[in-house]
Amino acid sequence: MTDRQIMTGDEIRRAIVRISHEIVEKQAGTQGLALVGIQRRGVPLARRVADAIEEHEGVQLPVGALDITFYRDDLSLVAQQPIVKGTDLPFDLNGATVVLVDDVLYTGRTIRCAMDALIDFGRPRAIRLAVLIDRGHRELPIRADHVGKNVPTSREEIVMVHVEEIDGSDEVTIGRQLRADEPSAAGNE
Amino acid sequence: MSGGIDASAAAAHLKGAAPSQDVVWHHRHLLDVDVLTWPEIELIMRTTDEMKGILARPIRKVPALNGRRVTTLFYEASTRTRVSFETAARNLSADVVSISTATSSVTKGESLVDTIRTLEALGAEILVMRHAVSGAPYLAAEVFGGHVLNGGDGWHAHPTQALLDLYTMRQHLPHGDLHGRKVAIVGDILHSRVARSNIWSLTAAGADLWLCGPATLLRGMDRWATAWATGAVPGHGRFHVTSDIDAAVSDADVVMALRIQRERMQGGLLPSLREYAARFGLNAARMALAKPEAIVMHPGPMNEGVEIAPDVAIGDRAVITEQVANGVAVRMALLYLLAGSHDASHIHETGHAPEAAR
Repeated sequence: MTDRQIMTGDEIRRAIVRISHEIVEKQAGTQGLALVGIQRRGVPLARRVADAIEEHEGVQLPVGALDITFYRDDLSLVAQQPIVKGTDLPFDLNGATVVLVDDVLYTGRTIRCAMDALIDFGRPRAIRLAVLIDRGHRELPIRADHVGKNVPTSREEIVMVHVEEIDGSDEVTIGRQLRADEPSAAGNE
Repeated sequence: MSGGIDASAAAAHLKGAAPSQDVVWHHRHLLDVDVLTWPEIELIMRTTDEMKGILARPIRKVPALNGRRVTTLFYEASTRTRVSFETAARNLSADVVSISTATSSVTKGESLVDTIRTLEALGAEILVMRHAVSGAPYLAAEVFGGHVLNGGDGWHAHPTQALLDLYTMRQHLPHGDLHGRKVAIVGDILHSRVARSNIWSLTAAGADLWLCGPATLLRGMDRWATAWATGAVPGHGRFHVTSDIDAAVSDADVVMALRIQRERMQGGLLPSLREYAARFGLNAARMALAKPEAIVMHPGPMNEGVEIAPDVAIGDRAVITEQVANGVAVRMALLYLLAGSHDASHIHETGHAPEAAR
């Protein structure tokens, strides 16, 4: 693999701080806000955004985790079922402004699944989307409200977000995909 | 409980000792639990946890199997298993076709193989099947192009019941660990596919398994236990066989009563139901011998007053309705895992098909 680093740990931290300000600015405060990370790497990112908001606003926002495995439309296409990692939404979604947080926005299909899943839990007042990386190639009419970094890519490339909580370090790399069905491509859409 | 694997059970049973988080499901059919490795059983348990989460939601439905076609084909009477499978399939948004043989061409003499080919031509992808002949689902798996899920075949196997029993036991035991826990199964072991499937899963879990019943209803079990104990056949663990109910129930963590299958009681296997109830019926006095926190299970349907006293069946130690509720979640997990496994269609697995089907 000839992975190239496109974001350092510091750059990730600054992007998250900026996104946290943008989220509060767009909402004109923190009233009614909730953050929901998409499993797996969206979850630690959502916690970090919440921590950043707490730092500059002094308000602790509810943070949830969403597993979209059962909402995917490609069960028969994946070589094996993705391991289910659990959904945990410890607050009432009804009337809340939910900010979905994910690591990479690619085709948009994960986000569509996430919206389907969220709506099964209640009726949020609004759903917004924050992603660390937007790599283009959308297949659905979906866009992010808050983007850490826009990265033009080709479909053959693979963007990997590493987070301390799961991978032991913070960085974003880009490399060539070896095989279309390579396991590391999971969560990259 | 990845660490809680019985060493004796593990040796032969664990085909790969990979960390349980990385288990890949490759079974195309589920005909019995004997072909499952312990990590695969744990994968089913974890997936069931997630399905329980779905059942706790305001909307108990996810689109995971949207548009997939599940057909239930029951050659034997059933309410809970059939409704449980159909509810499970609907909760995953599958389309369900339900065939009861009393109103089908089976009554015109259509063979099992023809019926299955017809169902496949009609679009069935996952076939849930119950049959009075042991091994019938193995025959079905040979001719059917999709997935076969055994909903009970003769005296042989009832894998989803064994898995929901295991799930229910784990919910009630500290850390979900059955290792060394005493599980007594009391009743008509001879005719019980529930007991046979439970032998595989409970010994794999490391439980201290006791099978108890009148000698006439334990035939063959001694030989099975001895064959495993002496290593005469590849063993997966140990279990005890006894007609002494007090010994079986004493200090038990789990006591499971099996239904006395009146329809199979020709030929003088039992002197009378009343004598059975007196000698082997699960009543409050016998349950007093078990551990104070022991749970009472029954796969249903119950003959109250025969194998289980009414006060025990509805007592606060009974988890019989939990078993039913867990059954839906376990079946959702299995439908989900099987539906995603079509890439493994080359994998041969018929386990230990009983001769009756051949």
